Amino acid sequence: MHMLTGIKAIVQKDLAAEFRTRELLSSMLVFAVLTIIVFVFAFDPTKAVIRQVFPGMVWVCFIFTGVLGLNRSFVSEKTNDCITGLILCPVDRSVIYFGKMAANLIYVSIVEIVTLPLFAVLFNYRIPLQTAPALVLVIFLGTLGFTAVGTFLAALSSNARSSEVLLPVILFPVTVPVVLGAVQATAAILSGAQTAEWLSWVKILGAFDAVFLVIPFVLFEYVLDM
Amino acid sequence: MKEPVDTSSPADRALEWGTFLAVAAALYLIFMWVPNEKIQGPVSKIIYFHIASAWLAFFAFFIVMICSILYLKTKDLKWDIISYASAEIGILFTTIVLVTGPIWGRASWNAWWTWDHRLTTTLILWFIYIAYLMIRSAFNEEEKKARFSAVFGIIGFVDVPIIWMSIRWWRTIHPNIVSAGGFAMDPSMVQTLLVSLGAFTLLYFYLLRKGILIQKMRSEFELLKQELGTNR
Repeated sequence: MHMLTGIKAIVQKDLAAEFRTRELLSSMLVFAVLTIIVFVFAFDPTKAVIRQVFPGMVWVCFIFTGVLGLNRSFVSEKTNDCITGLILCPVDRSVIYFGKMAANLIYVSIVEIVTLPLFAVLFNYRIPLQTAPALVLVIFLGTLGFTAVGTFLAALSSNARSSEVLLPVILFPVTVPVVLGAVQATAAILSGAQTAEWLSWVKILGAFDAVFLVIPFVLFEYVLDM
Repeated sequence: MKEPVDTSSPADRALEWGTFLAVAAALYLIFMWVPNEKIQGPVSKIIYFHIASAWLAFFAFFIVMICSILYLKTKDLKWDIISYASAEIGILFTTIVLVTGPIWGRASWNAWWTWDHRLTTTLILWFIYIAYLMIRSAFNEEEKKARFSAVFGIIGFVDVPIIWMSIRWWRTIHPNIVSAGGFAMDPSMVQTLLVSLGAFTLLYFYLLRKGILIQKMRSEFELLKQELGTNR
């Protein structure tokens, strides 16, 4: 119970700070829409190839935008040495991790909720309504895995001089299963495949999420700098 | 002042000679003794290097994880030195795997590269440990460098089975155009391969020992530089 109150407090703090300026969220949203524009120019939106690359484009957009948010997650705490204040809180270190992760999850989810319909409209792609629950599940699991390992590595790289450059380079190789699983599952669902076809991908996503939500319990205290 | 680094202990000498003899024996078996594979011809000899390098690289990365855990437990910098040396050797031999693989693939499948699960996983593995080295170069302080790279050394290795699984599943639903194909092994080929694996394992320990010594010399050099700086 104590842990949940701690997580809630950190999420509230992050969201309050964010919604005062909306600095991060607005740049994430603009960046996400810009990615769509780049894709429109890169792939002719009137061609049939769009149907094949659509899931990939969506996830590339989510992940690149996500990195933008993750980069700020701990670097912003460096100002006025706020991170020391956080570390001094009388809670377990993993509470800080889960609070930060939940805040990142909320940011990326907001971007996704705005961007996915835009993708569908701008590429004239019909997303069948009955696939919505499965799609939401896959997007949630994929985003959870990405932010879980992303928040952890963002905390690690925030201690470096060039953290903005370091984070994507160390994050992308580790998130290969998430990208692969999320894209494949999304493609299978959108093409109206049988449940069994995308269920194994959901299992891989679930396994990844579970592993990277447990690891911070053990290792997160080592990536916070005193 | 610390005592100078010793490079000529009897154990080091034995390791040097053991590695030399084992590699010489493996080379003799590969090039003089073992017959060529019937269909592929002389190019099949590359497997003795390819598989042995892959084994060495995986072993090296496993050692990185073990030493990373030991470092976080004990905070003893000697474990950090071992994991750094081991990661460098692992990357070197992963590179060798990634170079010899396409040469062999070109000859036997007529394609340099295929997104087969073994190849893809090896490539991702290479990137993970490049990231490990980048984390090391991003920090100046010894303690931070050791701590953060140890954390990454652990999660990088934990991630490998999941990557392997996901990529294998990806390749099963999109079947490969070029199949990996069976490679019927003659007993003489298996024996040669085993000797080669043994030789590469000794080579790993030899290179690890050298890597550790170089690291120690580096830190002594830094100490000496600091002493000179303060005396002046």
